[in-house]
Amino acid sequence: MITFFDSFLVRAAFAGFGVALAAAPLGCFVVWRRMAYFGEATAHASILGVALALTFSFSLFGGVLIVALLMATVVSGISGRGYAMDTLLGVTAHSSLAVGLVSVSLLQGVRIDLMSYLFGDILSVSKNDLLMIWGGAISVLIIIKWRWSALLISTINPDLAHASGINPKREQLVLTIALAIVVAVAIKVIGILLIAAMLIIPAAAARPFSQTPEKMVFVAASLGGLSAIGGLRLAYIYDTPTGPTIVCVATTIFVMSIIGNYLQRTFIK
Amino acid sequence: MSLLNVSELTIKIRKKTVLHKVDLSVERGEIVTIVGPNGSGKSTLLKAIIGALEPDSGSVGRSSDLRIGYVPQKLHIDPTFPLTVRRFLCLPYHFTKLAIQQSLEQAGVEDLELQQMADLSGGQFQRVLLARALLSKPNLLILDEPTQGLDQAGSANFYRQIEGVRNQLACSVLMVSHELHVVMATSDKVICLNGHVCCEGKPEQVASAPEYLALFGSGTQGALALYRHEHTHSHDHSHHHFHENS
Repeated sequence: MITFFDSFLVRAAFAGFGVALAAAPLGCFVVWRRMAYFGEATAHASILGVALALTFSFSLFGGVLIVALLMATVVSGISGRGYAMDTLLGVTAHSSLAVGLVSVSLLQGVRIDLMSYLFGDILSVSKNDLLMIWGGAISVLIIIKWRWSALLISTINPDLAHASGINPKREQLVLTIALAIVVAVAIKVIGILLIAAMLIIPAAAARPFSQTPEKMVFVAASLGGLSAIGGLRLAYIYDTPTGPTIVCVATTIFVMSIIGNYLQRTFIK
Repeated sequence: MSLLNVSELTIKIRKKTVLHKVDLSVERGEIVTIVGPNGSGKSTLLKAIIGALEPDSGSVGRSSDLRIGYVPQKLHIDPTFPLTVRRFLCLPYHFTKLAIQQSLEQAGVEDLELQQMADLSGGQFQRVLLARALLSKPNLLILDEPTQGLDQAGSANFYRQIEGVRNQLACSVLMVSHELHVVMATSDKVICLNGHVCCEGKPEQVASAPEYLALFGSGTQGALALYRHEHTHSHDHSHHHFHENS
């Protein structure tokens, strides 16, 4: 039986869209909480998860999820003990990437296309991958929706959260788990090196057009989706790597948003 | 029964004792002010009371009907965070439009509902924080140096607002302040904190206590003078009215 999803381009489009959808709320929190480097560290560490999954032949998604969670926990655990957060993240982000790359190359008898993990390979997304991506994306959206108000107040001020009976540390953990899921689903589409870009750029581009946090998430999701579809199309036409192409489109949208905002402030106000 | 009863509270932060056996109680309708130098544990005490810090020993006893409205020390909302005043007041619990308008009115900023939080001035911001604290109809309002960053006229205004709110809601107030002369006149009880309770009592008692003078030294003289001045001033004022009426 031939279905709609038999076309690799259709699958790619849905995969890109799913990732953009999941990345939007997370990306907004990454921007609001100044966690850009944190997102990057989690993403970079996931190559270690790829190595683990290949070595012990279990699901790639599982391997990445475990390592990303571990990474996030380690970083929040050792922060505030004499080193600045960005120093710690700088150390962990790059060392985990290096260790992951070395361990992948040490794998005996497995020939893997490293480039497809680093930069994504959206055109080879299978039906199974698609299921995984949408499963992950929907669970992230459900988690965020469920904790939305608590996450927002914890982001604004931990003490205000406490005074309202909300534990900001638990909300931080919720975000960490959601971030790990996003990283795990985005590897195939965007690649490890550029996942952080897919989180941050659409959210940053959405900021000037948003008056409330909800609107910012909505606009970020739309711009992210647009970048995914546009990047996919361009990558197909010009035969460029899809991950970087998607990020280029997102960056173009970001620049246009800055210019648009500037013009609006100058000429309309 | 007291609304709040802190007993022998000890808190250590990174193995350093910040609070040592602190006792404090707040009765219904009372205004209690905590004064103390920088690093004396004032904010730590408030954080323990709202439950943000666990005591290492001792206890924080809360009456079963205690509802806290908390106004934090001046907080920063990142400009990357789009947030209208109305949306901020609905975090994390939703309130009706009417309730929001009422609380903004009580805090003296009824026309800010649709403004962005990041665009507010210092005084407006503090009042919005006050409005948020009032939404839950608190019987204890806790304020942590609420007028930091406001000029003298601004903070005097703010304290007047709080007094008005207190009279209207009949709630207790527990606040930390360094502006002794402004707050003392309205407090029922002043607690002088420096890691432990140095002295406590009525404002006049604390102001003349040797422990208090030792902590605040010469700076206190000015504050005291100002406090006494304000006191006589208000006295004169009522006197004046009296003459007019007769």
